[in-house]
Amino acid sequence: MDFLNIFRLALRSLARNKLRSSLTMLGIVIGVGAVIATVSIGQGAEFLIRQSIQSLGTNAVFISAGSNRPGGLRMGFWAVKSLTMDDVLAILREVPLIREASPVVVNRQQVVYQNQNWSTTVNGTSPNYFTIRTWAVSSGTVFSDEEVETDANVCVLGTTVSRYLFGEEDPVGKIIRIRDLPFKVVGLLESKGQSVTGDDQDDRLFAPYTTVQKKLSGITWIQYINASAISPEASEASVPQIESLLRERHRIRPGTDDDFSVRTQSDVADLLTSTQRVMTLLLGSIASVSLLVGGIGIMNIMLVSVTERTREIGLRMAVGATEADVQSQFLIEAVTLSLMGGLLGIVAGLGGSAAISNFLGWPTLLSASAIAAAALFAGAVGVFFGYYPARKAARLDPIEALRYE
Amino acid sequence: MPEAPSSAGGAATGAAPASGALLRLVGVHKTYNLGETQVLALRGVSLEIAAGDFVAVMGASGSGKSTLMNILGCLDRPTRGEYFLENVGVSGLSKVELAKIRNRRIGFVFQQFNLLARTSAQENVELPTVYAGIPRAQREQRAREALEAVGLADRAHHQPSQLSGGQQQRVAIARALVNNPPILLADEPTGNLDSRTSVEIMDIFQRLNEEKNITVILVTHEADIAQYAKRILEFRDGRLRRDVPVSRRLIAREVLPTLPALDDEEEGLPASPAASPA
Repeated sequence: MDFLNIFRLALRSLARNKLRSSLTMLGIVIGVGAVIATVSIGQGAEFLIRQSIQSLGTNAVFISAGSNRPGGLRMGFWAVKSLTMDDVLAILREVPLIREASPVVVNRQQVVYQNQNWSTTVNGTSPNYFTIRTWAVSSGTVFSDEEVETDANVCVLGTTVSRYLFGEEDPVGKIIRIRDLPFKVVGLLESKGQSVTGDDQDDRLFAPYTTVQKKLSGITWIQYINASAISPEASEASVPQIESLLRERHRIRPGTDDDFSVRTQSDVADLLTSTQRVMTLLLGSIASVSLLVGGIGIMNIMLVSVTERTREIGLRMAVGATEADVQSQFLIEAVTLSLMGGLLGIVAGLGGSAAISNFLGWPTLLSASAIAAAALFAGAVGVFFGYYPARKAARLDPIEALRYE
Repeated sequence: MPEAPSSAGGAATGAAPASGALLRLVGVHKTYNLGETQVLALRGVSLEIAAGDFVAVMGASGSGKSTLMNILGCLDRPTRGEYFLENVGVSGLSKVELAKIRNRRIGFVFQQFNLLARTSAQENVELPTVYAGIPRAQREQRAREALEAVGLADRAHHQPSQLSGGQQQRVAIARALVNNPPILLADEPTGNLDSRTSVEIMDIFQRLNEEKNITVILVTHEADIAQYAKRILEFRDGRLRRDVPVSRRLIAREVLPTLPALDDEEEGLPASPAASPA
């Protein structure tokens, strides 16, 4: 007997008990749906992280003062006053893989415009910082190299700062006060949204690093260097070169720790996405428990079905069904339940993740491979949990089965 | 072996000679092991049934007649002795081969009808053809013909619950016939039917026996039903006690007009659900 016929028989048997079949399927629907929804949320988060890392600027290389050797990322923590503008110039001069580099000096300040004020991070940089970050202005311009030379009191605003100080007004050309010093707003940056670590990248104010060093912080060192390599591959390759250059310049003896750390975009991305992946895996495995429970539901109902249909099985054997025919029929019934449940579960999972991204604003991303894996897993659940009941049906003695009341 | 030799009875009914027997049992024993006790269901049965015969197997419960049916129907194998079906020894066959024989060579009719619930008569009749691997269009054709042969062509799309007991049994007979087997095994086919319907079923059997030369083996404990057969085999305590031709055979076609028509059971009328046994 061919597969198509057995399949038709199985479908017909399932159709004879619609309520029961659909309830059994529901277990698998929920299981597969939950797996797909959680995985799609996880992958959405991962994608978001990757994307925001990308938004840091292509081929980015970060050099921060102080060692942060033990595992964690501690951006914004500068234990050592080790980096200087000379280091920036040396990198640009001696590491050909690096195309651009900008010093960054960070200082938190209260910013005032007329009767409005806002506390924000003042970033002292050079003009090429915006090139490195691929960050354009929506209005005005960024400050110039001349203004860096002359420690000019000019600044470029992030959209959040601008909104708090100026509302909808265009800030370009206005004068704001930082530490009672007047600063002329020369540009307004485009919105860049949240960073990977969740802070608002638009809540920043940029000024020439010389101005920040001398007039706001009163320091001569810099806190980190934002650089960009000539290509994504070069950013990885440049790391050891920068490290050996800086070790030499800082006179660090072999065997002692660096007083700086160099990271590329992919380091950051890997760290954050691996964390995210663990989360996804955890959620996914919790969801797959419900798939397992759905599988047990199938087994349960198939066992009931075999008992209930004992006489039918006996009759089928009497009219010529072989053990293999009976076994295939019951196995296909189980697999049909689980596969149909799987398909509906995929639909439910898609709907669920769409609903989540709509109502909760979480990003979701569905990969075809996750869907295929869910469908395959559902099928496997059907085979696994359907095998025993099917075997039991096939092993029935036709005489006993026909006599069964 | 003190049993009555079967060949005598067979010869008396004018059946084909022993060598050409359709079914042949030689010293068949069947023992069931029920834990500590052993049940000797058959204790050395030898008999022959020729093609075209119509045999009634009689006996009280426990006489071994059900076991005999199971062996004749290839649902079970003898513990000792040999069963030849169309001159093939059944003991040596695999389960798959036995299933094939049941499918192609034997039609089963049961006391309980054993129709699939919530399944149309047509689909019920098609069932053996599905396992025979017959193409779909041909299956439908054959099922229609079989239903026609039992006079139920107009009930093809009814489900068992919409049919009377007699009609259900006729669907079951159609199912038994659909693969054109040479042998029809009926196990108490009239046990759940009233007397008129029983005679109608006997009429179908007799016509199949006459017109299509189908060998009918009928297990029954009703002496009057056995009178429709050509030959009676009587079993007691696992042994064949009597093998006699039916001297005054009843012909269902002649008996039917003498019986009073039973209201709803007539085939022209739609069966009320209450009329069909649970």
